[in-house]
Amino acid sequence: MQTYKHWRLETDKDQVLWLYFDKQNISVNTMDREVMEELSDITDTLVNNTEYKGIIIASAKKNGFIAGADISQFTQFTDVDEAVNLLKRGQRIYDKIEHLKIPTVAMIDGFCLGGGLELALACRYRVVEDGAKTRLGLPEVKLGIHPGWGGSVRLPRLIGALQGLNMVLSGHTISGKAAAKLGLADVAVPKRHLVKAAKYYVLEKTAPHQATWLQNLTNAKPARTILASILRKKLRAKINPQHYPAPFHVLDNWERVGVQGDAAMDKEARSCGKLFFSDTCQNLVRVFFLQERLKGQAKETRFNPEHVHVIGAGTMGGDIAAWCALQGLNVTLQDRDAKFIAPAIKRAYQLFKEKLKEPYLVQKAMDRLTPDVQGYGVPKADIIIEAIFEDLAAKQALFKSLETQAKPQAILATNTSSIPLDDINSVLQTPERLVGIHYFNPVAKMQLVEVVKGDRTDPLVVEKATSFVRKIDRLPLPVKSSPGFLVNRILMPYLLEAVMMMDEGIPAVTIDKAMVDFGMPMGPVALADAVGLDVCLSVAKYLGKYFNSKIPPRLIQLVEKGKLGRKSGEGFYQYKKGKQIKPHDVVAEKSLEEISDRLVLRMLDEAFACLREGVVADSDLLDAGMIFGTGFAPFRGGPIHYARSRGINDLFQQYVKQRQQRGEKVELLRNWEAIIEAV
Amino acid sequence: MDTISHMRREVYVVDGLRTPFLKARGKPGSLSASDLAVNAGRELLARQPFTPADLGEVVLGCMMPSPDEANIGRIVALRLGCGKAIPAWTVQRNCASGMQAIDSAIKDIATGRHDLVLAGGTEAMSRAPLLFNNKMVNWLSGFWGAKTLTAKLQQMIHFRPGFLAPVVALLRGLTDPVVNLSMGQTAENVAYRFNITREQMDAFAFESHQRAAQAQDNKYFADVTPAFSYTGEYAVVDDGIRRDTSMDKLSTLKPIFDKKFGAVTAGNSSQVTDGAALLLLASKEAVKKYQLPVLARIVDTEWAGLDPAEMGLGPVYASTSLLRRYNLRIDDIDFWEINEAFAAQVLGCVAAWEDEKYCREFLGLDGAFGKLDMSRLNVDGGAIALGHPVGASGARIVLRLIDILKRQNAQRGVATICIGGGQGGAMLIENVSEVGA
Repeated sequence: MQTYKHWRLETDKDQVLWLYFDKQNISVNTMDREVMEELSDITDTLVNNTEYKGIIIASAKKNGFIAGADISQFTQFTDVDEAVNLLKRGQRIYDKIEHLKIPTVAMIDGFCLGGGLELALACRYRVVEDGAKTRLGLPEVKLGIHPGWGGSVRLPRLIGALQGLNMVLSGHTISGKAAAKLGLADVAVPKRHLVKAAKYYVLEKTAPHQATWLQNLTNAKPARTILASILRKKLRAKINPQHYPAPFHVLDNWERVGVQGDAAMDKEARSCGKLFFSDTCQNLVRVFFLQERLKGQAKETRFNPEHVHVIGAGTMGGDIAAWCALQGLNVTLQDRDAKFIAPAIKRAYQLFKEKLKEPYLVQKAMDRLTPDVQGYGVPKADIIIEAIFEDLAAKQALFKSLETQAKPQAILATNTSSIPLDDINSVLQTPERLVGIHYFNPVAKMQLVEVVKGDRTDPLVVEKATSFVRKIDRLPLPVKSSPGFLVNRILMPYLLEAVMMMDEGIPAVTIDKAMVDFGMPMGPVALADAVGLDVCLSVAKYLGKYFNSKIPPRLIQLVEKGKLGRKSGEGFYQYKKGKQIKPHDVVAEKSLEEISDRLVLRMLDEAFACLREGVVADSDLLDAGMIFGTGFAPFRGGPIHYARSRGINDLFQQYVKQRQQRGEKVELLRNWEAIIEAV
Repeated sequence: MDTISHMRREVYVVDGLRTPFLKARGKPGSLSASDLAVNAGRELLARQPFTPADLGEVVLGCMMPSPDEANIGRIVALRLGCGKAIPAWTVQRNCASGMQAIDSAIKDIATGRHDLVLAGGTEAMSRAPLLFNNKMVNWLSGFWGAKTLTAKLQQMIHFRPGFLAPVVALLRGLTDPVVNLSMGQTAENVAYRFNITREQMDAFAFESHQRAAQAQDNKYFADVTPAFSYTGEYAVVDDGIRRDTSMDKLSTLKPIFDKKFGAVTAGNSSQVTDGAALLLLASKEAVKKYQLPVLARIVDTEWAGLDPAEMGLGPVYASTSLLRRYNLRIDDIDFWEINEAFAAQVLGCVAAWEDEKYCREFLGLDGAFGKLDMSRLNVDGGAIALGHPVGASGARIVLRLIDILKRQNAQRGVATICIGGGQGGAMLIENVSEVGA
């Protein structure tokens, strides 16, 4: 039997051929040119084979089946034709597998994504493991493309258009059990029966799964016309086709050619090939690698915290504690009285129920979270996170006492969003122990965590804190302890600018619409209301001290009136039961681009200032921080990348002009081009 | 006796905590029996210098764990993070299950099997289930067994509405099947034997509330740790204490067990309550190894049996023989905790010891055992005010007694409890602050 670099072939006593995918020199299986060519060669030898009873395709890796295509290839095509040809080549290889005479089974244990699931879909049967680690899906749209190896055709064909397209359009992954229920998998079994089940399908050759007649009907021409228009409408309500064209292409293709024959495959390849060259895809791939960069930090650091102690059970502290418990750590949560901890326990339960679903897993997570009024966790914890109110003296006093009680090697961390670390650590015997671990609200949704280094912080402590943030599956962003760190520092002038624009008579709805159209998850005015105007004001005041910025009187007035935003029922908008009451549409005097340009330029100016001051080490980290910390339009690749794509100098001149019109001077120091050259 | 004490290792109590005792309020409480034990146990373990995995064993008393809490001791041990390797089991001696757990832990340590044992009890009485009656169960099994539609229809014809009448597990659990008496009726028997009046019972109940309220105000219940539920509710203090009760109010309550002519009312009985109490027991070696503070030494335990129809007198039998084993008289005991299942029954115990005839006939003594000084009995109130989660009470009174001995700088005390089915349990506790040589 011939040997291959990435595939291993074994025959068992029942004459079943096991085709193990074992990509060379890497821990996770991904598909690339070489892997596909080998798979093609292997398939060729099997076309007329009758010696084997069947083939089982499995992963030889400890983790997962196949993660999908190798994403680094996405930016390496020279032109659309090259991309289309490569996709077609892949389609043909999968077609060959689909048409083999002997039965084929994909035995899936762990993740099975994108090109991996497309391979599985080309097999006659799919047998999946039913545990928590098994996830199946076609997440291509998250990278600005859509499936290109037959997935957008085979999946709706197999399980009907509604469920099939839903998976392709959303990019969501599903569990093994859900896959079996949809018919995407033939069966979901516990690990102990996986091999037995895979061999069962090879040896028994039961009828392969087929869509029901109703599901088939959904793929017929008349149904496609109706469904496509409904689905398109639903899609538009969620995403902007200009920002994220890929799902709309999927719908168009499906509506036009359906799921049968070469035409459907051809359309898929051509459409996907073009998408590779869209800005959205290129920028989303960039974001993917920015994320990989953040994930790759502190990998070598040997720090294995088991016990986290959180002090302060308010919104932030309570949610940080719950998140850590969800991630498998033992957590003690301290506050002055049981009544402050109880609401945090309730929120934790809701989070665990949503994330874990199975009651026994929820209970396990709840049992890892111990309310600790007396602070018994302090001397036992490997890491202590302070999340009390923003008061320097209180924090100093707390850390002073923690310093003596905590284990000598324990990390002392503060979740402060505004107080410089070197102010807090000045009272400590060992100031080098204090590090900032700054979460964003809501903790369970925001992936970014700023890891803040004070002047005195020991680099090893920063490393450990970074490693901790990775262990709880968040993205660490190393920042310098300057006021507002990175994210709030850049966000605040942008929010204040929006308030000033309201003072100038531009309606809030218009401002928000402009920024949503730009690609932000929500507009600045709605964001201020969500954060809480009192919080905004206190951060603005605090930052104002350092950066000499003006606070719009309107913000102060609202806070004085107790109009604090969503939480109080009224801020800039009015709310009913936490939901915004839709204000009437207004006709804007200014164009939306004019509005978004002004706001984005203000944000960019602060971003460049951060780069100049070295708040983060480079512009990629800044982009990553703003994308994962604020949801800055990912398809634009981050603020600095956006500035680059539009021409930094042009934008800076626009900004200067804009300021001059309003009678403000722009310091020469702030020349963006010069900053970017110096970094 | 000397040989026994030479063979066995000393047993020390090094720590203990309980949840607030939460009165059942007509619907299932928000915490299951294991939730309650986890609430008490996690904080207890959190403040130890050793890890939960350093325990030798976990023993838990529980009279009625829910159907999904089989071997609740093991469930609690795992939920507390003791790890797979630490064995755990559940004991059941009705109302003394919590004390039985401690006694089982004592044996583990005394025999040298373990050095550190977590022991106590838990009960969620508010969650006692409603069961199908036998007729319904028979009908259901017939229905499920019917294979054809006709057979199923035939079975349906046999259904009667009366089949739906539920069996209240709690009431059954509190009824002695051998003598066919509810626990309250056994208390009526005790009252009858010693001529205990309704007024005496109510006065005792009133005092229990007063003492418990005072202990709460004086912050004596430091062994109570907050309990949290998933729904955001939390409890910090025992909620059964009635500060507004009076002799007048108590006198208006109707007898509930012997409806017309009885004297035992809801007011002079213990309350139906949820709660858990846990203690950490250690050998001398463990105390030294982890430098644990010593709260008390458990000198010995005694279990005794008597007529189930007068089960409330159980403490008399258990305590008398325990004291006699150590040549102690009633006055040698500085403080007593007699669990207040019923005022009638506690007063009955006191009366029995004073009764020369009873002592001769039933305890084999030469005369009356003696007069118990009421000011040394249940000084922080008892189950009438705090409630009686049956699996937990035995552990609670031991913990309370230890606290009282320390507070009063007293030397020794007895915690004793009556047990449905006609038994009594008693523990002799000595106030020490360090291990013996």
